[in-house]
Amino acid sequence: MPKLTPLSEAISAHVHDGDTVYAAGFTHLIPFAAGHEIIRQGKRDLTLARATPDLIYDQMIAAGCARKLVFSYMGNPGVGSLRIARSELEAGRLEWEEYSHFGMISRLQAGAAGLPFMPMKQTAATDLERANPQIRRITDPYGGPDLITVPALNPDVAVVHVQRADSEGNAHLWGIIGEQKEVAFAAKRVILTAEEIVPEATIRSDPNRTLIPGVVVTAVCHVPHASHPSYAQGYYDRDNEFYLRWDAISKSAEMTRAWLDEWVYGLKDRDHYWQKLGPEIHERLKVAPRPSAPVDYGQY
Amino acid sequence: MDATFTYSSAELMIINAARLLCDGDVVFVGVGQPNLACNLAKRTHAPNLVMIYEAGVIGAEPARLPLSIGDPTLVSGSLSVVSMYDIFALYLQRGNVDVGFMGGAQIDRYGNLNATIIGGDYTQPKVRLPGSGGSQEIAAWANRCYIMTPHQKRRFPEKVDFLTSAGFLDGEGGRQRAGLRGSGPVTVLTDIGLLEPDERGELVLTALHPGKTVGMARENTGWDLKVASQLRTTEPVTEKELRILRQELDPTGIYLGSE
Repeated sequence: MPKLTPLSEAISAHVHDGDTVYAAGFTHLIPFAAGHEIIRQGKRDLTLARATPDLIYDQMIAAGCARKLVFSYMGNPGVGSLRIARSELEAGRLEWEEYSHFGMISRLQAGAAGLPFMPMKQTAATDLERANPQIRRITDPYGGPDLITVPALNPDVAVVHVQRADSEGNAHLWGIIGEQKEVAFAAKRVILTAEEIVPEATIRSDPNRTLIPGVVVTAVCHVPHASHPSYAQGYYDRDNEFYLRWDAISKSAEMTRAWLDEWVYGLKDRDHYWQKLGPEIHERLKVAPRPSAPVDYGQY
Repeated sequence: MDATFTYSSAELMIINAARLLCDGDVVFVGVGQPNLACNLAKRTHAPNLVMIYEAGVIGAEPARLPLSIGDPTLVSGSLSVVSMYDIFALYLQRGNVDVGFMGGAQIDRYGNLNATIIGGDYTQPKVRLPGSGGSQEIAAWANRCYIMTPHQKRRFPEKVDFLTSAGFLDGEGGRQRAGLRGSGPVTVLTDIGLLEPDERGELVLTALHPGKTVGMARENTGWDLKVASQLRTTEPVTEKELRILRQELDPTGIYLGSE
């Protein structure tokens, strides 16, 4: 199977019921298109891991994809509560495992580096240590104070959205780079979606910007606007209005179902979704250019 | 100045928080009120403030009001953007952050914070809150912390329902025994006044905002709040501070409302 493939085929081939999935992106480049495709394909019993579950996991939980949530901040960023994840968790219908941000990201760092765990300095947040037996202590073999450890996280599949990649999955990303690189190295399979598919020469023109190399990428999908209502730095803005609107939609199970019917099940793919958003929203999310000064790698 | 001008509780807290920042401080900023406090300080007495955002942005100079911790306006024109692992490891854990801003649903007598659950127990909480995010590490590793919160009894219990982030733990010497960095929550800013730790790590009332009373502070605190022998009054809010907040920083009043 060639790496460059439609998103629906990548999800169908590489996301299986029961998998641990990590959809990357700290506020930025959240792979909503892949999340919606997972919903459309009716994947079940997933363990959904993400530092900030964000709306993407709220929607996947609402659609019945999730068995368990692994997280470090379960809120609607800039708005308030993440209502569906929270109510499922309060009702005991959703298993969960909780870390701090640094704990969560250290798990990926360990997974990416092929280590069994990662040490961190103590924070004295002992209630979370008691609540989550996966957070443990070790003696510093060099004689310093005890350290906290968290186990490696090696997701079955990572979904990562980037600004541009070549057809082998060598990917440039910029702006907030969260945990995309770590999760791409930690995961067993990587589905990469990209705003643009560019020639290999474009990637080679700026190799320092390649955070994810094609060697760890399983599938590459060309999916413009894949991150809405999150954003892609330099391509389109965050749709804060939608984050606010989700707060209202997710208050009601009926409204949530209706939204999923209209915006996920009722649509074929992301192009369809973007068209349906319409010119007014396209215009509102437009970004003026602010290019960096080019660097010169030199001809050797 | 017009003696009759009014301001909201949020404006009062933001302005007082801004005044606590020193020029050159490296500040770990949150969105909302802390972001406004830092930008106000930068536009007044602390032009060399370095603002760091949890999303991995160093030296942000936001051109518009950021509406989320990962707002793209934080990135454009910043000094550096790093991964989440790096922001927590190289900046916080290594000790390169002077000031952390914190919030939480509960703050207790010893400045410990809860942002995890209210009531019930961890596995069956009555109310589930978002959880630590980065606050556990900010509280432990920033050189000093400021907490901003409305002064309400339910927010100031004797003891937090869940220890999300460390203040002074069980009191005197608690932070040192636990191996934490820094001086912990040195000021809690409320709409009534300022609470600061005494030598035993207990939060006591050290200042009132103009027009506020000791009775108001004590009534709205869940423990027997002590009052410092040298109780201060905070400097009145100035027209200039309000103008910058309202006209330059949050012109539509998203974070300047009444709470």
